[in-house]
Amino acid sequence: MNRLLLNKIILILSTLSAVIGIGFLFWILATLSYKGITSIHWSTFTHDLVKGGIRNLLVGQFTMAILASALAVPVGMMAGIYLREYGHGSKLASVIRNLSDVMMSAPSIVIGVFVFALLVDPFGGYNGYAGIVALSIMMIPIIISTTDNMLALVPKELREAGIALGGSKHKIILQIVVKAAKVGITTGVLLSFARIIGETAPLLFTSANNQFFTMDLTGQFPSLTVSIYNLATYPDEASRELAWAASFILTMIVLCINLIGRYAIRNKK
Amino acid sequence: MMGGKLFRNFSFFSATLSFFLLVGIFAILFTYAQESMHEFGFDFLFNGTWEADEDDEGGIFGGFIPIIGTLLSTIIAMVIATPLAMGIAIFLTEIASEAIAKPVSIAIELLAAIPSIIYGMWGLFYFAPIVQSTVGGNGVGLLTAGIVLAIMIIPFMAAITRDSMNTTPLVLKESAYAMGATKFEVIKDVIMPYSKGGIIGSIILALGRALGETMAVAFLIGSVMSIPRNITDPTTSIPVLLANNFAEAQDLEMSSMYYLALILFVVSFFIITIAKFYFLGRKVK
Amino acid sequence: MAKENLVMEIKDFSFTYAGAEKPSLKKINLPIEENKITAMIGPSGCGKSTLLRAMNRIHDLYPGNKYEGKINLYKADGSKQNILDIKKENDFIKLRQEVGMIFQKPTPFPMSIFDNVAYGLRLSGIKNRSELEGRVEKALKGAAILDETKDRLKESALGMSGGQQQRLCIARAVALKPRVLLFDEPTSALDPFSTGAIEELIAELKEEVSVVIVTHNMQQASRLSDYTAFMYLGDLAEYDKTEKIFLNPTQKLTEDYITGRFG
Repeated sequence: MNRLLLNKIILILSTLSAVIGIGFLFWILATLSYKGITSIHWSTFTHDLVKGGIRNLLVGQFTMAILASALAVPVGMMAGIYLREYGHGSKLASVIRNLSDVMMSAPSIVIGVFVFALLVDPFGGYNGYAGIVALSIMMIPIIISTTDNMLALVPKELREAGIALGGSKHKIILQIVVKAAKVGITTGVLLSFARIIGETAPLLFTSANNQFFTMDLTGQFPSLTVSIYNLATYPDEASRELAWAASFILTMIVLCINLIGRYAIRNKK
Repeated sequence: MMGGKLFRNFSFFSATLSFFLLVGIFAILFTYAQESMHEFGFDFLFNGTWEADEDDEGGIFGGFIPIIGTLLSTIIAMVIATPLAMGIAIFLTEIASEAIAKPVSIAIELLAAIPSIIYGMWGLFYFAPIVQSTVGGNGVGLLTAGIVLAIMIIPFMAAITRDSMNTTPLVLKESAYAMGATKFEVIKDVIMPYSKGGIIGSIILALGRALGETMAVAFLIGSVMSIPRNITDPTTSIPVLLANNFAEAQDLEMSSMYYLALILFVVSFFIITIAKFYFLGRKVK
Repeated sequence: MAKENLVMEIKDFSFTYAGAEKPSLKKINLPIEENKITAMIGPSGCGKSTLLRAMNRIHDLYPGNKYEGKINLYKADGSKQNILDIKKENDFIKLRQEVGMIFQKPTPFPMSIFDNVAYGLRLSGIKNRSELEGRVEKALKGAAILDETKDRLKESALGMSGGQQQRLCIARAVALKPRVLLFDEPTSALDPFSTGAIEELIAELKEEVSVVIVTHNMQQASRLSDYTAFMYLGDLAEYDKTEKIFLNPTQKLTEDYITGRFG
């Protein structure tokens, strides 16, 4: 019978696409692990880029991502709190919510260009601060949307109960509502951190890269991802190996943070 | 009470920040692109020459090649990714048992979390040689970039499509089965029409992501300022041109780069807006 | 009760949900009389909906459920089929065309009124436009909804009221000319006026089709049905003619339930 055959074909094709999708994941992870692990030496972690290691790059990448979070998390959370707790239902809040959603999908390279014009060009050169600002611009909309959505899940009664006990609005928000949404917001922060720590494009011409260990944010700042991009295109085998090692470590970091975030959500349920 | 007012004001200023960022990006790109816009106008879009004068002070800069490269690599990616992502979403919502759907879902979402530079590097060393030996060409080029871009956006597209398919009420599906429909007929006649908005929205969002993607493409498109005559030919795209040449550019060339960034930003803005508000709808809870 | 009047017969039927340890239905024996209305009543969780959903095997959309016993379906030609033996997709499709189902909430598909009613017909292979039109019109008439819809057959079914949608769903099921129609609390989501219209319709339907209806509403069962099965904790506690069940039940439990002492 014709329709049964068609049904079978479609179901097989769908299953096949899932197999292909998963197949690529394993293919990528397998090659990455193989190339990465065989390229990692002890010196990879103890040396800086200038001596064939990634110590300064890891420190640099984390420094920028953490400082970007320190900027983006309070601002994004406060904005989310405004959208849900103060401006909820107002025209302004809905416009801001929509713009923030659009910002979330803005091309990261454009953000790099913007920050270049704002913080690199006028100040005479690449600097770590510019990289941090670029990353935090990527992060803020994600934090806003997470906070907004997580606060929406907090039951109205909880707020009303707080008001009924005579609490002032900002205290109820901070002490009851945000607390109730804590797990969800933390997960959102973790996932957005995982996203920005793997970003390359916004750093290319903001903080650029540095071969040496430095904590000076006023100059070029070491970046793991930018180094991967440079190293992979060098012709010598040692550079490529280092690129594989760095890629493997970066992927593991990103996937681990993701899994921790997911685990946190699951534990809450 | 002072604390309350301060808190409220700070939250308000934080919220308006996304507005100022968006407007700020547009204003900065627009201002810096002025020189090139005055020089070339709208012909910029159709001019395929990108050449600095010898003295580095001027030249002719047209965006046609990177624009075409961006469009073509995106089209290739979408043509490959859309059916596969739909298939995966169907598999996850309608075919797989819970015991299989759950780990596969997690795997798909992890695939979406891998940084794009990893896709680019993997593509360069493992996928480009395969394209070279099977289809021909140099390995790097439009086709390779498109395929790897597809692999990158598939998990993203599949995850959103799965979420919107999951909103179809169970009882609606059951009543179609109760009339003797096959699984495919339930998918085609009930689930697809029901979640149409979400599915189209996910496709458009993925399109936006493919257009603006830098790193996955940078390794693979070849970064050559020439119009591809063949699907395996190397060319360039707006994000890739910016990634490789923006910082070294001078004066008019720099301004032309801003012009390209502005084009990319505006196009992305419209694509995302259409996807989000027309198709996905914004749930205000 | 003579066999030739039965359209379905449930024999020693037990049902266990996937992953559950204990069966939800235990050794049920229940006849379904042809061209009569059989009501299934009982408190929440008694298994009445579970039993109904076994009768067209809609449970099989979800893997791992266990059936025991028999559910015989008597065909028009007098042959009988144990529907629990069905394994092939094609036979499932045939079963569901013979045993239709109406759900608690109206379930119009996201398509036009006409296409909703024609949906099952098209699935069963009818392509001829005039035949489709004829049967859709007949089904809409049969579901007493033709007058309200004949001028807007091309409009989306989602724009109709809840009561109209439910009658549309009945029309959609009737169009396939099933032998049995299963109703799973078909009026619980509707207002009293629409409920009245649906009840009237079900009463008329029994000329053409045998009806099994699960309901929470005692009055509905007594008004509508010819036979009533009272279920309790996965057992069939009592089955008889409706007057008998409501006026003179043999079991204390049945009496307590229909007089509203629990449930």
